[in-house]
Amino acid sequence: MLKRLLTTTAAVLSLGLGAAHAAGKSGYVTDYDFSFEGPFGTYDQAQLQRGLQVYTEICSACHGLQYVPIRTLGDEGGPHLPEEQVRAYAEFWEVWDPTLNFGEGDYRPATENDSFPRSSMESAPDLSLMAKARAGFHGPYGLGINQFFKGMGGAEYIASLLAGYTGEEKEEAGTILYENTAFPGGWISMAPPLWGDDVEYADGAPTDVESVSQDVAAFLMWTAEPKLAARKQSGFAGVLMLGILAVLLYFVNKRLWDPIKHPKRQEPAE
Amino acid sequence: MIPTPKNLNWMWIWGIVLAFTLVLMIVTGVMLVMHYTPHVDMAFASVEHIMRNVNGGHMIRYLHMNGASLFFFAVYLHIFRGLYYGSYKAPREVTWIIGMLIYLLMMATAFMGYVLPWGQMSFHGTAVITGLFGAIPFVGESLQTWILGGSAVGQPALNRFFSLHYLLPFLITGLVIVHIWAFHTTGNNNPTGVEVRRTSKEEAQKDTLPFWPYFVIKDLYALAIILAIFFAVVGFMPNYLGHPDNYIEGTALKTPSHIVPEWYFLPFYAILRAFDSEVWLVMAVEFLTGGIVDAKFFGVLAMFGAILVLALVPWLDTSSVRSGRYRPMFKIAFWVLVVDFVILTWVGAMPAEGWYPAISLVATTYWFAYFLVILPLLGVFELPLAQLATIVDVFVAYLAAKEALGCDPVATPAE
Repeated sequence: MLKRLLTTTAAVLSLGLGAAHAAGKSGYVTDYDFSFEGPFGTYDQAQLQRGLQVYTEICSACHGLQYVPIRTLGDEGGPHLPEEQVRAYAEFWEVWDPTLNFGEGDYRPATENDSFPRSSMESAPDLSLMAKARAGFHGPYGLGINQFFKGMGGAEYIASLLAGYTGEEKEEAGTILYENTAFPGGWISMAPPLWGDDVEYADGAPTDVESVSQDVAAFLMWTAEPKLAARKQSGFAGVLMLGILAVLLYFVNKRLWDPIKHPKRQEPAE
Repeated sequence: MIPTPKNLNWMWIWGIVLAFTLVLMIVTGVMLVMHYTPHVDMAFASVEHIMRNVNGGHMIRYLHMNGASLFFFAVYLHIFRGLYYGSYKAPREVTWIIGMLIYLLMMATAFMGYVLPWGQMSFHGTAVITGLFGAIPFVGESLQTWILGGSAVGQPALNRFFSLHYLLPFLITGLVIVHIWAFHTTGNNNPTGVEVRRTSKEEAQKDTLPFWPYFVIKDLYALAIILAIFFAVVGFMPNYLGHPDNYIEGTALKTPSHIVPEWYFLPFYAILRAFDSEVWLVMAVEFLTGGIVDAKFFGVLAMFGAILVLALVPWLDTSSVRSGRYRPMFKIAFWVLVVDFVILTWVGAMPAEGWYPAISLVATTYWFAYFLVILPLLGVFELPLAQLATIVDVFVAYLAAKEALGCDPVATPAE
């Protein structure tokens, strides 16, 4: 699989999103139910841990997560791994340290304060923000109604893409393209990364292509928006406090304007 | 205590909302600058650093990002309020012109701020917008190079946009002070357009109420509601108004399939694109000027012209009646303009293919027709409704009408 991937080029990838968008025939995105949707939704810790496993065992062969500090795997609201597990996980990666080898730079095992490594291939985009850099839902007619009701759909797009391979391939300009029902344009240069039972989950969760796709999509949503829970909490607190303030101010305002609005009501008292 | 017309309605709250938003933007902006790096290789990563590692950074950044949308949402309602109630008419032209300058500076500031995260839309949007100056005949190319500090969007452009993005809000603050001073010397307009009587202190007092506490409390109540909605957007859908492509680091190697500005620029972006080389007016102008004014430059002129006619509206409107409330024909033209503005916003985001160019051309034509034809002519042909003599008459008549209908007017003070 790796060899086939290595034959892909950056040119094809750029062609993928650019030219394909205009065609607009394909690009079907399933509206999966994720735990982090809605105003009170939060990440499913077990799902994020499974997604991390999928990323580590499969995606990371080509893709990177350069903006994600490894220590954040221990954050509450995220995968919430125990501290020693985060440290052990960090050592799994090698990072480039320019201060080593008398200033020449050298690789060393990562610590939890390092970020995940970058993509190892030019043609494989970094995945840190992928769930926010793609919108699964559009329109209709550019009105943004679907995005309002279904959400932006970045995670749905990723899950649909991973589960959207039809098995058809074709060769174009020396590159093999794979048919995909979710990818705009219908032909993607990334070979199908999942075939079913690619990983073995410790918690015994299903490992069919669709489930694994959703797990890793949820994980990538977390890498893109790690502060989702805190943000929703702030939003809720803000709306609640301002709502209470608005109600109080409504009554203050009503009382204040009452003599102005009802001059007659005041007269008998005088 | 500043005497304020007692009949101000709920469209008179946007000034307070705007003043609050300006402060919000400056405060969050100053905090963001403490962690941001204006360098082409580091800007994108530093924004992610803010989102992930800075305490509360994600909220500061989302407040600033969506604050721009709140700012423009409020300013458009504020401007259309002024257009409907004739707030731009004598003696308030100075207030209107200063307001238009603030609006221009806001657009410049918002545009430069959008460049700073250095995402794909930032990068390519900058190329498109600065390219507008490149369309000016003879000096265009040198002008564009001068603005960018180079032949293409790069480090010099990022540095100077960062500098100006920090500077301009303080110019805006200064102009806001002048804006407020200007309408304090003339007094507020009000929904009837009838001036507060200044013949005696007693009469003036009948028409007005002190700003504190009546209008402060009313404005704070409205502000609380607006901010509750704003916090719902920031907390639950902070990226709804943005473009996903801006979460991809900017690079000259790949161009987004569909470059669109932020929503608040879309009406003018639609006007810019409306005049392509297939419009006969453009062809005629190109022929008459010997090719100096081509379709691209025509579009640029149209875009700036669309803002210019808005700024000149005090002199384009010939009607002696101030408030649209007493102008039956104006009312229709005004509401068509509002719909027209919404259509322009929508069509600005659509690709220039199929029916969309035709729609944007019609909508653009109405925009100019409203300011250059309808407003000057209406003053001549329109028969305005009878106006009551004083604000207090209007107020009393309003209360009587409400009571006759049996509904309680307290929920809507002063309308």
